[in-house]
Amino acid sequence: MTQEVTRPVSGQRATRQTAERAELLELRGIGVRLGGRQVLGDVTFAIRKGEFAGLIGPNGAGKTTLLRVILGLQEPSGGQVLVHGEPREKRGGRGKGNKSGIGYVPQKLVIDPDMPLRARDVVSLGLDGHRLGFAFPSRQRRELVDKALRDVGAEKYADARVGELSGGEQQRVLIAHALISRPRLLLLDEPLANLDLKSEQEIVAVLGRLVREHEISVLLSAHDMNPLLRVMDRIVYVANGKVATGSTDEVVTSEGLTRLYGHHVDVVRVRGRVLVVAGE
Amino acid sequence: MHYLLEPGLLASGPVRTALLTGAVVAIASGVIGVFAVTRGQSFAGHSLADVAAAGGAGAFLAGLNQFWGFLAAGIAAAGLMEAAGVQRRRGRDVATGVVLGAALGAAALFLYLGTLRTATTGAAFTVLFGSIFVIGPGTVPALIASGAVAVIAVCLLARVLLLASLSPDLARARGVNVRLVGALYLIALAISVSLAAVAIGAVLSTALLIGPAATALRVTRTPVRAMAGAAAIGLAATWLGIVLAYDSYYWPPRGHGWPVSFFVVALVLAGYLLSYARRPRRLAPRSPHEGAECSPA
Repeated sequence: MTQEVTRPVSGQRATRQTAERAELLELRGIGVRLGGRQVLGDVTFAIRKGEFAGLIGPNGAGKTTLLRVILGLQEPSGGQVLVHGEPREKRGGRGKGNKSGIGYVPQKLVIDPDMPLRARDVVSLGLDGHRLGFAFPSRQRRELVDKALRDVGAEKYADARVGELSGGEQQRVLIAHALISRPRLLLLDEPLANLDLKSEQEIVAVLGRLVREHEISVLLSAHDMNPLLRVMDRIVYVANGKVATGSTDEVVTSEGLTRLYGHHVDVVRVRGRVLVVAGE
Repeated sequence: MHYLLEPGLLASGPVRTALLTGAVVAIASGVIGVFAVTRGQSFAGHSLADVAAAGGAGAFLAGLNQFWGFLAAGIAAAGLMEAAGVQRRRGRDVATGVVLGAALGAAALFLYLGTLRTATTGAAFTVLFGSIFVIGPGTVPALIASGAVAVIAVCLLARVLLLASLSPDLARARGVNVRLVGALYLIALAISVSLAAVAIGAVLSTALLIGPAATALRVTRTPVRAMAGAAAIGLAATWLGIVLAYDSYYWPPRGHGWPVSFFVVALVLAGYLLSYARRPRRLAPRSPHEGAECSPA
């Protein structure tokens, strides 16, 4: 078990964290072998209700693998994933849609412009896309879809084809897709990759607002922590098959990351931004 | 002097059978083709057709109804492609490609042997390019039933197929057995290819599968409209093709009708080209991570 860290936090976050201390998601000693190679070993961390957590690490560190383990798409070689203190059932509760209460936004999708789905159809699939037959249009469904689209600020292009939207617009639609099933935890795999600076800031703002207003927790993977510094309550830093967790100030230090990486790295702070640089 | 829609057209038994089976084939191809396009399985559809050709030729050699030959070979090929990893992005083209040459080679052998035995040279043409006017009335119920099964199965799977085309992981995370769904879809695809092989021939069946679907996908925005549109476009091309082929009896060389398949395929192509006139495309920016969603980390 990782030591629980209490940290000084700014105003509103402090009240939210003290409201409920129960762990929403807990990973205990998770190890993963892929193709005979130990990719992750003894990964232990927890995420609380209403927490914005960043899963940070270099490319290839195992961030996607870790998210896949949490989703039940990748069987760990050891350890346990607990959701609400109970071991998660395999594969998101087979055939039952989203019973585990985990919403998922996969890594940047390549959606063909000819894909016959409007933004609102993608969001609607988030409601019951795993079921057989067609979704019959109803006022209730329309209202739910409209609300999810409004929550992420995507109502303007609700009727546009999803394949014709920009990367940032598609991310919002996919977040709405995950959001409509009212998850307690939202997993996002590199949602900021390949976005322009403005879209990047907008997506972070949308997620920050969802955490505040909808009381959901977010675990977001990124290779660059800087866009997230202001919203992150917790950082889960992955490198060298291991993780370090806590507040950014505690985890992202030259000593701490040197220990994690197993070779010397320097953490440089420049005007509120953090650079992790390989030393020597 | 004659009219395109002659009074005698609908009185002809073969024409009525052709119009009925043409409708079944066009609707099944359109509905199922939409997903072949969105799933990027046009090539798989074409491959099933090539293997079905071998089945049809084998049935001809054995003196059986060609539809059952198409169907048996198509479904067997679908199973083989699934087992060989057709669902995986990388394996798809290679696994499919490996089976193809062998299948068409077998078709050539069966047709040659069959022709030697029965001395009917038309069989090769029938298997490869179709003969909607010579479908026996006995086959029609089987065609309708197979088409209905395939269309109903794909309509039931529509949402799951769309979710899986969007992202297989998204579907898996919701408890969908993506592989099973993919396998069921391949079987439906094999059925629809077999139907199209009867109507316009094994080699041309892909045209009816992909053309109307691709056209509908360009001009509609929702799955239901795309499926209905593809069925309608396929139906229009098939029926118009039948009427034109019937009429072509009066065209040069006089006294020999042109093949229906030619008209159907030409009309499908015309529709597809027309769809380009309608809507200017706005292309979404492409990601350098193309195809990376399957790889770990």
